[in-house]
Amino acid sequence: MSARMALRQVGYENRSFWRNPAAAFFTVLLPLIFLVLFNSIFGDSELTIDGRNLDGSTFYVPGIAALAVVSACYTNIGMMVTIARDLGILKRVRGTPMPPWAYIFGRLAHAVLVSLLLVAIVTGVGAAAYGTDVPGNTLPGLALTLVLGALAFCALGLALTAIIPNADAAPAITNATILPLLFISNVFIPLQDPPEWLAFVGDVFPVKHFAAALQTAFHPDTTGAGFEWGDLAVIAAWGVAGTALALRFFSWEPRR
Amino acid sequence: MSEFAVEVRGLRKAYGPVVAVGGIDLAVRRGEVFALIGPNGAGKTTTLEILEGHRRADAGNVRVLDEDPAQNAVSLKRRIGIVLQSTSIQPYLTVEETIEQFRGYYPAPRLLDELIDIVGLEASRKTLVRRLSGGQQRRLDVAMGLAGDPELLFLDEPTTGFDPAARRGAWEMIRNLKALGKTVLLTTHYMDEAQALADTVSIIRDGLIVAEGTPDELRAGEAETVISFRFAGALADLPPAIATAGSLENGRAVLRTTDPTTDLHELTGWAKQRGEALEGLSVTPASLEDVYLGLAGDVAE
Repeated sequence: MSARMALRQVGYENRSFWRNPAAAFFTVLLPLIFLVLFNSIFGDSELTIDGRNLDGSTFYVPGIAALAVVSACYTNIGMMVTIARDLGILKRVRGTPMPPWAYIFGRLAHAVLVSLLLVAIVTGVGAAAYGTDVPGNTLPGLALTLVLGALAFCALGLALTAIIPNADAAPAITNATILPLLFISNVFIPLQDPPEWLAFVGDVFPVKHFAAALQTAFHPDTTGAGFEWGDLAVIAAWGVAGTALALRFFSWEPRR
Repeated sequence: MSEFAVEVRGLRKAYGPVVAVGGIDLAVRRGEVFALIGPNGAGKTTTLEILEGHRRADAGNVRVLDEDPAQNAVSLKRRIGIVLQSTSIQPYLTVEETIEQFRGYYPAPRLLDELIDIVGLEASRKTLVRRLSGGQQRRLDVAMGLAGDPELLFLDEPTTGFDPAARRGAWEMIRNLKALGKTVLLTTHYMDEAQALADTVSIIRDGLIVAEGTPDELRAGEAETVISFRFAGALADLPPAIATAGSLENGRAVLRTTDPTTDLHELTGWAKQRGEALEGLSVTPASLEDVYLGLAGDVAE
């Protein structure tokens, strides 16, 4: 009964999401716009990042894939769940017999599915328009990185809702926490020779590790299955921390 | 099984130094419509949310369908329906989808068509929630509360902000619920709403129950009848009983009396003698509104 409720919940989240043009636009089209823009401007440049040589499009396809996952999971969950909370939708659901985990599952599973769809689109566009490699032997590493990353950013998004005071503040706080990280994490801008402190700050947070693990999976020279265990460990640690904070501080009540 | 759907003794709840509910008793019989009425901030919503399991009481004994709502048990949630004070529905699903979603949360839900029929949304089945009017959303909210075919329905201010026609529609719907054998516990600001719907009315003010009974019992406590008619003259022109105890209000002579038979006799005798038409004569028992205003009226809304 509960499992069926949880699965149905994914369906309802999915339907709601695609019917909201603004949400669908920002989540789906924005990464594609960035992909085209950055590739058009920097696609042909030769880059050296952390001692590894790659061309612009091999940098940007996994970078924008990382952006897509972060926005579908962290940004989307952080904003939409806060808005649902302040509208009283969470409280409404809490008054029904549906277990709370089933509702959260619906939200997370939907975000993960949207992430995977976006990564597929970004990869397809990258291969078709910019001749980037579609991962083959590194598919296991890519899959694990994507699922682990998506779940970790979902957990962090849920934890973030606890510090967002109200729906009006949700977009500002969500973007303020993630945009700077996207700039120092090899997503928008290749950091070829960053100042030491900037590299350090980037290394502390999960976005840079996520982008790096994806870049390994997309790099044509990568041999083996493409697991970047060091990066995955940092991502997982953030995921665990996000889960613990969300479990402790998540609120179903509107905060007006 | 208790004859009461809700039993509350000595319920207290404070938010910091502010006492929201100061120790109240309630007893809602199964199958009745019970109205908790009072001004904003009187403690209505706090009381309801404790009964619904959304808040914890500081003290007191609370039983809802023979269970303790503070346990947050699924067994109780399956048997109650909740309509919160503010309507909160996902905007991008249709009416049908929203009801279907909530039906899915319950083991023995009411039929979709019945739910749509009860709340009168047949014409809007395929409409997105965001395109519904406020009144329609509120009715959908009630359908969601009824989705699990609950024994007990909580309605927190179901008609606040409705236009008069929508309110009549909502009243009709609540009467239908009673006819279905449901117990309904509602809160309201409006005395006419309590009078029209409730079997039992409890008036709450500053976190305390100040009066309780059937609408008739509450009115009986306020024994005065109001006699009034259009009158352009001076108070001294009226018969002595009215001239001394009555008043002139907005071009009407008004007398509040505990002995309407004698006063009416004197008034009509006087009118016949003087050839006064007593235009717009009205004789009304004290309304529940008067009782309410007497008990809760000096609290600023």
